[in-house]
Amino acid sequence: MAAIELTDVHKSFGPIKAVNGLDLEVPVGICLGLLGPNGAGKSTTMRLLTAQAIPDAGSLRVLGHELPRDSKVARARMGVVPQLDNLDVDVTVEDNLRVFARLYRVDDVGAAVDRALERARLTERRGAAVDELSGGMRRRLLLARGLVHDPELILLDEPTVGLDPQIRAEVWSLVDALRAEGKTILMSTHYIEEAERLADEVALMAEGRIVARGTPADLVRKHAGRETAELYGPPERLAEARAAAEADGLTVRPAGPAIAIIGSERSSNGEVPEGAVRRPASLEDVFVLLTGEELE
Amino acid sequence: MRRLEPAAIGGVMSREVANFRTFWKSSAFSSTVEPVIYLLAFGLGLGATLVDRVGGIDYVEFVGTGMVATAVIFSSALPAMFGTFVKHRFQHTYDAILAAPVSVEELVTAEMLWIGIRAGIFGAFPLVVTMLFGLEPRWGMLLVPLFGTITALGFAGFGIAVAASVPKIDQFSYVTTLVITPLFLLAGTFFPIDQLPEWAQVAAQLNPLHQLVVLVRDASIYGFEATDWLRLGSLIAFALVMWRIAINRMRACLID
Repeated sequence: MAAIELTDVHKSFGPIKAVNGLDLEVPVGICLGLLGPNGAGKSTTMRLLTAQAIPDAGSLRVLGHELPRDSKVARARMGVVPQLDNLDVDVTVEDNLRVFARLYRVDDVGAAVDRALERARLTERRGAAVDELSGGMRRRLLLARGLVHDPELILLDEPTVGLDPQIRAEVWSLVDALRAEGKTILMSTHYIEEAERLADEVALMAEGRIVARGTPADLVRKHAGRETAELYGPPERLAEARAAAEADGLTVRPAGPAIAIIGSERSSNGEVPEGAVRRPASLEDVFVLLTGEELE
Repeated sequence: MRRLEPAAIGGVMSREVANFRTFWKSSAFSSTVEPVIYLLAFGLGLGATLVDRVGGIDYVEFVGTGMVATAVIFSSALPAMFGTFVKHRFQHTYDAILAAPVSVEELVTAEMLWIGIRAGIFGAFPLVVTMLFGLEPRWGMLLVPLFGTITALGFAGFGIAVAASVPKIDQFSYVTTLVITPLFLLAGTFFPIDQLPEWAQVAAQLNPLHQLVVLVRDASIYGFEATDWLRLGSLIAFALVMWRIAINRMRACLID
């Protein structure tokens, strides 16, 4: 049985189709990265999974429970780490965890809080008010709060959005530890590096549906080939190189001030434009190729 | 799982208690000092100069017992409005709670219970203060926190429903000016309702705060009458109706 099974799920907000025929299966024990740009429908998907959004159509099952009908039972078995910091800032670290241990009906609240503090490396700060913590500590506490009941399934909604690199690395190490424990994780992100670094499999999401799925390496091999040639230069030079590559049947995308010729190893003469730099094809190439969207 | 689980309601209330521990002093200060100021201004000021006795009792006792209703509405409707709005829109607290196994119904019930109990206790403070001004203690006064809590439950539901219905926090000023202030003035706290025009007397009967004021005065001074059961019943009905409205409004606001 899969931990999450979404079949042909639709959710609109007025004229906007946030989720549009989403099929998604997350097997037990993997970390699936839901990668997509802002507005792709990732956060709506997360809200559908906690029944904070009700689908217009389609079927949702989480840990065998049908949503939204049995969502409370499902929520008791999963932990959610939100994108926004919604900790209670005036109360202590320990009180934040105690409240959620109670909300999750944990039998031994004290032991659960101790475990969560240890996991987040916050035992020394248990008596501190949250607004006295650093940004990294607060993010670790947010993770600990979502894990205080030792859930089977963990939803991480953009776990490192807006964080500086050092804090991001701290969060990644905590997520790594969860993966090592064999937890099932669904992690939405719009950071390619995060998806590549943490996810066993990546599902690329755009316009409310999954457009490709696989391991990062498989996705790159299947959709972008082996290498990409990046060319910098004046606009006329880039336009000329682009036209030539496209005439050769290759896909070209803008890459900041440069252009990226994807699958450049397949050019008819085996060469790349003069001055172009060859690099291994990346997940970003795949995403832009499949969706036309630029990613961070 | 049951529809209203005590564990879920208790969990949400435990969050409120944990937060209240950080600001109880300022909250208790305003709830106790404000009625004293009102008592001094109206009870002693007005009582000593213009009005000596009303309804067969000293004016200070008349105002002091009526102030229970004022304390109840100001420590229930306003915290419910502002607290709910802030937790929903600014702190995103409810998103966190609803990601746990808690329903909107349980969340609203817990919030109403917490505000109701707290306001019921705060509502008794003016009675204690009035005793310092000569009000004789009576056994019936022990029921005042209960009456206050039941009334506060209704106003907490009202405040939550308002918070879930307005797009901006500054729109609360319409509600306080057009709803809360008239209810507060037409409760019979500062002057007897039976002196007013007939339409105002009818309106006052529909005002839960007026029912509370009568119950408090009967409990504290005059003694209970059979019609007090009706008054209590109307307050319970008010609380139940507001509970359902608050749940519906919050569901519309929290669940996409």
